[in-house]
Amino acid sequence: MKEEVRLMKGNEAIAHAAIRYGCDGYFGYPITPQSEVLETLEELMPWETTGMVVLQAESEVAAINMVYGGAASGKAVMTSSSSPGVSLKQEGISYIAAASLPALILNVMRGGPGLGTIQPSQADYFQATKGGGHGDYHLIVLAPSTVQEMVDFVGLGFDLAFKYTNPAMILADGIVGQMMEKVVLPEQRPRRTEEEIRRQCPWAADGRKGGRKRNVVTSLELESSRMEEINHVLQARYREIEKNETRWEEIDVEGADYLIVAFGSIARICTKAKELAAEKGIKVGIVRPITLWPFPTEAIARAAEGKKGILCVELNAGQMIEDVRLAVHDNLPVEHFGRLGGIIPSPDEVVKALEEKIIR
Amino acid sequence: MEIQDIIRPENKVYSAPELLDQNVHMHYCPGCSHGVIHKLLAEVIAEMGLAEKTVGVSPVGCAVFAYNYIDVDWVEAAHGRAPAVATAISRLWPEDVVFTYQGDGDMSAIGTAESIHAANRGENIVMVFVNNAIYGMTGGQMAPTTLVGQKTATTPYGRRVDLNGHPLEITNLMAILDGTCYVTRQSVHTPANVRKTKAALKKAFQNALDKKGTSVVEVVATCNSGWKMSPEKANEWMAEHMFAKYPLGDLKDVK
Amino acid sequence: MKEEIIIAGFGGQGVLSMGKILAYSGLMDDKEVTWMPSYGPEQRGGTANVTVILSDERISSPVLDSFDNVIALNQQSLDKFAPKVKPGGILIYDTNGIHNHPKRDDITIYPIDAMGATLELGNSKAYNMVVMGALLEAMNYKLPMENVIKGLKKSLPERHHKLIPLNEQAIEKGRALLKK
Repeated sequence: MKEEVRLMKGNEAIAHAAIRYGCDGYFGYPITPQSEVLETLEELMPWETTGMVVLQAESEVAAINMVYGGAASGKAVMTSSSSPGVSLKQEGISYIAAASLPALILNVMRGGPGLGTIQPSQADYFQATKGGGHGDYHLIVLAPSTVQEMVDFVGLGFDLAFKYTNPAMILADGIVGQMMEKVVLPEQRPRRTEEEIRRQCPWAADGRKGGRKRNVVTSLELESSRMEEINHVLQARYREIEKNETRWEEIDVEGADYLIVAFGSIARICTKAKELAAEKGIKVGIVRPITLWPFPTEAIARAAEGKKGILCVELNAGQMIEDVRLAVHDNLPVEHFGRLGGIIPSPDEVVKALEEKIIR
Repeated sequence: MEIQDIIRPENKVYSAPELLDQNVHMHYCPGCSHGVIHKLLAEVIAEMGLAEKTVGVSPVGCAVFAYNYIDVDWVEAAHGRAPAVATAISRLWPEDVVFTYQGDGDMSAIGTAESIHAANRGENIVMVFVNNAIYGMTGGQMAPTTLVGQKTATTPYGRRVDLNGHPLEITNLMAILDGTCYVTRQSVHTPANVRKTKAALKKAFQNALDKKGTSVVEVVATCNSGWKMSPEKANEWMAEHMFAKYPLGDLKDVK
Repeated sequence: MKEEIIIAGFGGQGVLSMGKILAYSGLMDDKEVTWMPSYGPEQRGGTANVTVILSDERISSPVLDSFDNVIALNQQSLDKFAPKVKPGGILIYDTNGIHNHPKRDDITIYPIDAMGATLELGNSKAYNMVVMGALLEAMNYKLPMENVIKGLKKSLPERHHKLIPLNEQAIEKGRALLKK
């Protein structure tokens, strides 16, 4: 398949991107607002073309454990869900991280807690960036703000996951999942051959091919000193990821008096708010974290220099703001603005919040 | 006669299976059935020439360390999730033979959904189910398969139906699913039964190679330390009580 | 060039698919486009709306407070979105079933009988294309018809391509409503 320009929903785009980036397997369970991922894959029947496996599992729990199994055998595998379903996946995600396996997980966030609502939210920031499951681990967390980034981050997510043998998560919100935009689908990347998989993943449990020593994928180690050593290895990898893979976007930060920090589609609403504020003579810059973990701490600290205040705009009750405050050490006022329950703030509301909470 | 005359190759009547790792000590209690079942698996995989195309999925439970003993590739699954893990490996590596090794907690309590659905989809995998009617690893608590009246750490006065429900015959449930091709219940408490279990495992692995669907081999087993009995007494108790609820033999064998 | 548009009406009036055809037509004309629906159960029988933005530049927010063009296809939508037309902007609404007509003199208002025009065509499914025709005629941005046809082809599944001439006819009918 050649590169192609299309109009599509973020969720559909994820399915196309998975096939085109040479994904080996997708395992999922329907949940609004991301069921189009599985629906689109079933409609496209990639097993007839690239050989990609697609399976509707009996639960989110089964789906993530299928991902664990597929990843343990060296394959490029993924799952997708929305908030309540991602909560169910946390056990498996912890195992995947502990066993140092590459995998891709998409969360199209909806409002919670509990069964909540099916409308957009960003309330799983803590869950995605601070662990979610048990134990000391981190996911590489990518936050797309456009349908194009939904596509691009499937490729980037797999690349980073394999580079660091660590699971990656695309943390999207219902807006990028459900909206349609112009998108450039990449040219078909061939799936890796069995030879390539063995070269790339010498640790994979794929059946002792060629009579090699047995591979065991496990997260169990009862000997405490060895378990501590495993943890040190993970932590060293996280420091490496922090050093190399922190990504963010800055819009008109220089010369601005105020900063807005926002991620995902909300950053776009804030960009519109920035334009509206400019009409009133208020100069605002935007910092959009692209990786939520590793968090662009230094970039935000730098961007905050000489500013009068920061507004954190999130579709939650104040989660990322904790990381922003840590980044700027109380050197300037940092306030939160967010809507809850699936309500999307309008650009006007953001300007009003900026005026009321920061400018005063 | 000198020892050297006795240990000549032509006198050899038995050798440890080549796929059973001789460099590690098994952690199982003396008298435990797991050791025998491991040995049979190691023999069957070697005899069928599958060492370089088999992936085992070990459970949470006493057999969690199965990967230390049998010399094939292994993935250690979260509690109950082995059939989901095996599903993915089997689908992504269709030339491989994938088996799960699960206890009664793994198969019939926490992993009931994964087990039933993998079997119902007819995944080309072998599910080895070791039913000793107790949770061995965590210290002898009630399992779904614990018999009525049986004493465990969490049923200290014996299992009561009004409090704990009925023993679960998960294998019978598996047998009625269209996805299973072979469902059998065996034991390893006598040499004859050991031979039958080995034949059952062979058939199950052959079914996976032939892509016939899911094979379930239940092995009714003892947990002498959990049951607080000598190994010999445990075998007797099993034959007397367990086989009444879990009778041996094939439940399904699709030709 | 930038056109910020909201199309609002009842679920089942073809609001979302009209938005999609409009967005795809813009894409065929080399524009940046976004299509942002209100989604969920409210689509079924309740009110539905979709925000479509067509622009030469990268589009920031897909969610807006005010619009260059508002298309309202029932009273609820008219009440909600008529105040959100930017001064100098355009409001198009179907007069069928409307009892409270908008009163603003800082915008251009086009009351149209889209339902009547659709009935003349003899196919009620063409309703949303009649409405789109009116919008294409009214909008400052003149989307070339050849790209609208391309947009239709891209949006409709192959099996419905035989309906494209009917859709084209409906669009012309809608354009004519404004020329009256």
